[in-house]
Amino acid sequence: MADRFFLLTLWLIAGLVTLTFAWLLGDILIKGVPAISWEFLSQAPSRAGRQGGIWPILVSTVLILSVAICVALPLGLCSAIWLAEFTRRDGPLGRRIGLALDILAGVPSIVIGLFGYAFFSGFLGLGFSILSGGLTLACMMLPILVRTAESGLTAVPDEWRHAAAALGMRRGSVLWHVLLPAAAPAITAGLLLAVGRATAETAALIFTSGYVDRMPESLSDSGRALAVHIYDLSMNVTGGDQAAYGSALVLVTLIIVINLLANLLSLYWAKRKVTLA
Amino acid sequence: MTDSTGLQKGIESPYTLGQVEAGSPCCEPVAHLQIRDLTIAYHGLTVLSGVSLDVYRGCITALIGPSGCGKSSFLACLNRLTDLLPGAHTRGEVRLDGQNILAPGLDVKQLRQRIGMIFQKPNPFPLSIRRNLELPLLERGIRQRIEINRRIENVLRDVGLWDEVATRLNSPATRLSGGQQQRLCIARALILEPEILLMDEPCSALDPLSSAVVEDLILRLRGRYTVIIVTHNLAQARRIANYAAFFWVTEQSGKLIEFNRCQSLFEAPQNSLTEAYIAGTKG
Amino acid sequence: MHEVTVTRKKQRWPSDALMKVMLGLPALAAAALLLLIVVFLVYEAWPVMTGRSGISLLDFFRSDGWYPLQEQFGMLPMVWASIAAALGAMLLAVPMGLACALFSQYLAPAWIKGLFNSMISLLAGIPSVVFGLWGLTVLVPLIGQWQPPGASLLAAVLILAMMTLPTVALTSRAALAATTPSLYQGAAMLGMSRHRILLGVLVPAARRGILGGVLLAIARALGETMAVLMVAGNVVQTPASLFDPIRVLTANIALEMAYAVDQHRSSLFVSGLLLMAMVAILAWLANRMSRSMAHG
Repeated sequence: MADRFFLLTLWLIAGLVTLTFAWLLGDILIKGVPAISWEFLSQAPSRAGRQGGIWPILVSTVLILSVAICVALPLGLCSAIWLAEFTRRDGPLGRRIGLALDILAGVPSIVIGLFGYAFFSGFLGLGFSILSGGLTLACMMLPILVRTAESGLTAVPDEWRHAAAALGMRRGSVLWHVLLPAAAPAITAGLLLAVGRATAETAALIFTSGYVDRMPESLSDSGRALAVHIYDLSMNVTGGDQAAYGSALVLVTLIIVINLLANLLSLYWAKRKVTLA
Repeated sequence: MTDSTGLQKGIESPYTLGQVEAGSPCCEPVAHLQIRDLTIAYHGLTVLSGVSLDVYRGCITALIGPSGCGKSSFLACLNRLTDLLPGAHTRGEVRLDGQNILAPGLDVKQLRQRIGMIFQKPNPFPLSIRRNLELPLLERGIRQRIEINRRIENVLRDVGLWDEVATRLNSPATRLSGGQQQRLCIARALILEPEILLMDEPCSALDPLSSAVVEDLILRLRGRYTVIIVTHNLAQARRIANYAAFFWVTEQSGKLIEFNRCQSLFEAPQNSLTEAYIAGTKG
Repeated sequence: MHEVTVTRKKQRWPSDALMKVMLGLPALAAAALLLLIVVFLVYEAWPVMTGRSGISLLDFFRSDGWYPLQEQFGMLPMVWASIAAALGAMLLAVPMGLACALFSQYLAPAWIKGLFNSMISLLAGIPSVVFGLWGLTVLVPLIGQWQPPGASLLAAVLILAMMTLPTVALTSRAALAATTPSLYQGAAMLGMSRHRILLGVLVPAARRGILGGVLLAIARALGETMAVLMVAGNVVQTPASLFDPIRVLTANIALEMAYAVDQHRSSLFVSGLLLMAMVAILAWLANRMSRSMAHG
């Protein structure tokens, strides 16, 4: 009897969660679709965003993300390789760096935004700019990248490392030809995960990349990211709800596409990985 | 202690070596590797102590004994693979043509190109067959396409894989059967033209048919290469080895109990432990 | 044959030692980032922290409220608000997230399982502004009909619960999946009822991973800014009831940073440091837990 009750409760909770999610997504769809049109996607906002479109904002978003990836990926990959291949995982240095990265991963985004404001915009003098925003986002992406890349590399079985060592191959050569290709699916999935997180970011950007909703002329121009646009429309612009929902729909779609891509790539690579030549 | 030709001069043989019989199948014994007083410990725990023996050029030496008595560690030490294992410490001397390969300043990469290793579980890289064989060559600095192709064909013929894979060199190595993969690994080790081959139970992960093929291959390597093979299969040792070294665990670490020409060890063992192990009453 | 002929046209790869250094520098830089962040926050917060400008560290917790214009920077009401919102969200998200994990792992038929898991993963990726937008336009008016004003602690708790439930569900599911399969079978063969197996055997077996996930979720709830900012009303007061509007530490920074100067600005940095400290403790605990799990 108690058994039936318990199982029923589990089903109910799962159902409740599903309903809530459907409610949320449904609302976004219902309220967002009317706002979407070709003009919406290709024009600049007017009347503080109540009318017009989000084109410059999309451009800014892509630019900020690009800066973030260009900084975070090399840094993160090198760190991950060093942690996975050149240090003992339970040695003192490896442990401390691991802890530092874990803490960094948990730091609230607003605090990272504060840091970005004080350091990139202030100390380094970048002001409100896409560059500053991108660098701040890179700080947020770094722990995720390092963690996923490192676990991807350590998951590669030792037998290939031993075989390569027995053949007298240099570590760099083994990494390039065997280990990194084998870990590529995990690394790519991690990158896409980090990009998804960065795309959703708002708090870290309001004080670093700024609020300006014009088309940015260069990386040192201020630019507004999509998530920041949604925030502004819903909180500061009366009557901006319609445009906000439209932007929200675009943002959610973007993130869904990124996650889908990550999953597909993982599957595709898992099947193909055997034939890397 | 040894001159440049490697002939043993005046080193005390601390093991029981039977009368060396001249003639086939192996040569006049010329020491290729000389191991003296080798001790291996992991994280302070000794797994092998005080091992001394000579490995003769061109001959197949089998290391037999129950599991856990340090045979694989012994093998790993010979090409300095113990450097990769955490917490491993080695003491003693291993001389290859007079040079101590356990010395700290040694160029390990050069050493490993002279001493190749085959592992228990076949481990071809997750790449094509051709790539598996190319990588060691590229690492060595050999880049001319003609030379590479020539070596690949030679080595695949040597291991008897050429007819089976000549038409599909670009297909993934992991699609080969277990026995073929192991032969590919042997080919990969041979392509660098090493002098010595270390084999850690190369047939134990294979089915009987593939096992026989690989064993046959090992036999054919005799004379051209010096082979040291760890095996649990006593019958296999009898079939292919010229010399046999018997290891056992006493006083909590592995020790070399007896070393002899293979026939002598099996037919007239000097040590009672050896006799018991071979008869199957122990281990 | 024994003189190795090597045609070294060019060394394509640096030696192992060089590689170690080349890769080690970025790694150290990445770890040093945390240090850099702390250093800069402290640097900005310094004028206020040393008490030179007439405020001591204790004042942050002593004074009755956050009145920047009157140079009163009592953070306590906001600290309580943050904790209340996070704990309230956990009260909802942990049992429900665990239930979802159990459901997905042991109860759901195959076709439902795949869809359900995809849905949870999707939920985990939805940006906080979108949650905030929905909360602001749907949830707050709904609560407001029941008890005005609507923007309240309750709204914050509900939205945070929705946002952190996927974290708990995903990590719990991973922890459960990592338990040995024979555990379930062994218990079933003893004739145990399903709910006893799940609650009495499997959850305790996976408790380390589940706890790690909970810690992560708490950290996320404490650190969440935008969604809470949009639905909680932003009045600085210690919450006395679920329907009181509140302002959490994170929202405070977001709202006031743009125009804060001097002491006010430094005080905001102090609150940032406080947040970091809270999250660092949680992360350290989670780290200890996952390491002890790895060692058995």
